[in-house]
Amino acid sequence: MDFQQLLPKTPNEWAHWGIVGSLGGLALASALGVVISNSPVRSALCLVLNFFTLAFLYFSLGAEMLGITQIVVYTGAIMVLFLFVVMLLNLSSDNLLENVKDLRLPLGAFVGVAMFAALASQIVVPLLSVQQPMAPDRSADNPIGWGAPQAMGRALFTGYVWPFEVVSLLLMVGIVGAILLARRRIPNA
Amino acid sequence: MSSVPLGFYLAVALFMFCIGATGVVIRRNPVVVFMCIELMLNAANLTFLAFARYSPSPLIDPARAQDTWMAGQMMVIFVMAVAAAEVAVGLGIIMAIYRLREKVDLDEMSTLRG
Repeated sequence: MDFQQLLPKTPNEWAHWGIVGSLGGLALASALGVVISNSPVRSALCLVLNFFTLAFLYFSLGAEMLGITQIVVYTGAIMVLFLFVVMLLNLSSDNLLENVKDLRLPLGAFVGVAMFAALASQIVVPLLSVQQPMAPDRSADNPIGWGAPQAMGRALFTGYVWPFEVVSLLLMVGIVGAILLARRRIPNA
Repeated sequence: MSSVPLGFYLAVALFMFCIGATGVVIRRNPVVVFMCIELMLNAANLTFLAFARYSPSPLIDPARAQDTWMAGQMMVIFVMAVAAAEVAVGLGIIMAIYRLREKVDLDEMSTLRG
């Protein structure tokens, strides 16, 4: 395969590649920070950064609605929940990783690297030449893009209305379960 | 116009997924393990979106083109909803365990070991 064809040619394309590439690099660095930082609060803040850069990657894919949802739901709601639990449990930095020496660290790292190598060689490399976005982007004759709220809403309430209802039921059950778990009194406590 | 190739998004998502899986294996703090699971779910979301945007037209059913194009984004919406429910219940469980034993270490929770 000729990799020269893949590279950007005009300055505009170079700028696009640079922006998307640096977003991806930031996402990777913050993902690494989640795992290697010692204090849970630092992990949570790295995760916030990661979700935020992911939202911008969604924007670069043309999915504006999902990018905004990502910011509101993940960096807003879910991360606040995480930080609340970290605060309530008063989890100090777990220096357990230094205390206990076992095979877990090298084994986990090996599993991660092996998974990355296997999947990258089998999936990412054969798809390297795929470069042309097929989804209908916003253009002059197509004012509603692929990821606009209008298009999302139409699909969600026509073709995907039953999964949507099932998910609402699931969320309901989740809320009730969380309340039950949080309010239960332990006997003899 | 040569856009950013699909492989770039897939590589980012794959790296995030592998980091999350490694974190689930090596970390002992259950809250951090939950964060790593979130990382893996988000990597899957990014993969869904990338494939939805770059999926070649032979894969698109012409009769339901609009729905097929939206399938990836719909999947991301549903994954987000499931993740929200999962986090609420999971953190509730962690709180309950903490109330029971005052120490949250995944290695200590071995009651189910046969």
